[in-house]
Amino acid sequence: MAMEDPDKKTEVVLLACGSFNPITNMHLRLFELAKDYLHETGKYKVIKGIISPVGDAYKKKGLISANHRVTMAKLATKNSDWVEVDDWESSQSEWLETLKVLRYHHQKLLSPDPTNSLQNAIPLTKPGRKRKQEPNRHDPVKKKNQSPDIKSVPQVKLLCGSDMLESFGIPNLWKLEDITEIVENHGLVCISRAGNSVQKFIYESDILWRHKNNIHLVEEWITNDISSTKIRRALRRGQSIRYLVPDVVQAYIEKNNLYSPESEDRNAGVVLAPLQKHASDSKN
Amino acid sequence: MVSRTPLILLACGSFNPITNMHMRLFELARDHLQKTGRYQVIEGIMSPVNDDYRKKGLVSARHRIAMAKLALETSDWIRVDPWESEQETWTETVKVLRGAATNLRSGDPTYKSFDLAQLQLKHHYNESLRLLQSKKEFMKNKWPIERSTEDPLSYEHSVLPELKLLCGADFLQTFKTPNLWKEEHIKEIVEKFGLVCISRAGSDPAQYISESDLLTQFQHNIFLVKEWIQNEISATQIRYALCRGLSVKYLIPDSVISYIARHNIYTEESERENEGHLLQPLKLYNTTVNPLND
Repeated sequence: MAMEDPDKKTEVVLLACGSFNPITNMHLRLFELAKDYLHETGKYKVIKGIISPVGDAYKKKGLISANHRVTMAKLATKNSDWVEVDDWESSQSEWLETLKVLRYHHQKLLSPDPTNSLQNAIPLTKPGRKRKQEPNRHDPVKKKNQSPDIKSVPQVKLLCGSDMLESFGIPNLWKLEDITEIVENHGLVCISRAGNSVQKFIYESDILWRHKNNIHLVEEWITNDISSTKIRRALRRGQSIRYLVPDVVQAYIEKNNLYSPESEDRNAGVVLAPLQKHASDSKN
Repeated sequence: MVSRTPLILLACGSFNPITNMHMRLFELARDHLQKTGRYQVIEGIMSPVNDDYRKKGLVSARHRIAMAKLALETSDWIRVDPWESEQETWTETVKVLRGAATNLRSGDPTYKSFDLAQLQLKHHYNESLRLLQSKKEFMKNKWPIERSTEDPLSYEHSVLPELKLLCGADFLQTFKTPNLWKEEHIKEIVEKFGLVCISRAGSDPAQYISESDLLTQFQHNIFLVKEWIQNEISATQIRYALCRGLSVKYLIPDSVISYIARHNIYTEESERENEGHLLQPLKLYNTTVNPLND
């Protein structure tokens, strides 16, 4: 196999995992910022953005049905020509670790085979090596039509805000080996506000520091603090959310009367799925 | 049953270009004023400044009006008014307010574009009330209890709406800039009309007001609204992004993005427009002989 040409660009798919409860203009902005940033490095070509809403089994307080969250995300991305919604994660009956979702989408990218089984979420060795081990694998159609300036192996990178990155530090929320595999085999694109503490957080973590070349920090200069929590709060208080979420999403929320003090109480007192899982794992 | 005073919000500015944040200001102001229980916001008006303002990077009013119209297509209560931009010279804000008020009172044909004769006002009024009524029906369970007993049709049709200037806190602070405002104009704005001022993070309008005798005197007519969901989309940053080929999707409406691309409005060249020129109000107030007749 020929050496990878450093002038060629790596194809990237940006994957955003989260509650999207509801999706906001800020979520959508993350994709735009990440794409611009990666393109400006001259080393990447972003070919797709994927929004993967978390399943109901996550048990976060105030999390409404995945059906609605997926529908709103689809409405919001209807007029985007590169960002789409994937409901594989949300249609699983159990909560899935983010790493599994990353693996699934990476597998899908390498071989667009319509098997939706969890088997696709098997561990991946470093990109490139897998192809060497399976020389008889049928090349996905995509590769045949590749332009000459594209490197052969596309990557799926996790797109997130600084809050997700810093959540790596919350006890029992993430498994260390998951974090390692995420930054080592896939990579992160992390959007944060100017003056944030993300760089310090990375510095203070041996794992993150080791793979800092695979953690792309993008600064958001236009302060955009449109969190879903605030949107839900505004809705409970009868306040307008126009121009903070796409019009179609606002209309959908209003039509279906989605957010109320009752919906905010859902899962109250329930332990978050990853915390529950890791606590019981450590017991065994 | 206290009947509410009808109110119209007027925002002056460059709108170069209009952004989601500009439109947010209206939504925030309306929510706040409705909540006081004293007002019924019936309309929002955006009045883009005249090209003669000579601000650096200001593109033609023709475009700024077109973009604002596109952005407001989906709003049922906010509209653009081109009157100010169509005048031959730059117009002081207080005159824009006066003109709007005059028209409300008498349907004065010299303020043609507002065209708000009493009859039309009532129509507007009724439309807004109808829309409000149906929205209220839908949101009945969500609105605070004290509102559900209101009957919006209790408004007197002969009551003239109040007109208030909608702005950001930084606008308030420009009152301090030497020669930018005339003292008597500031007084007229806060006394006769009133301000609805949305504050961003990092600015403390209450303190600024307390530091000004004039503003303190009329503080009952200055409504301070806090924006908790920070969304500081400055038009300047939007223009920079556009010049650099960066995305501004989800910061300004898609229709405005298409318009800008189609007409190639913001470029390095457009950013240099009016470079070296003095802002028109500074020019005017610097002269010893004031040709303007108040």
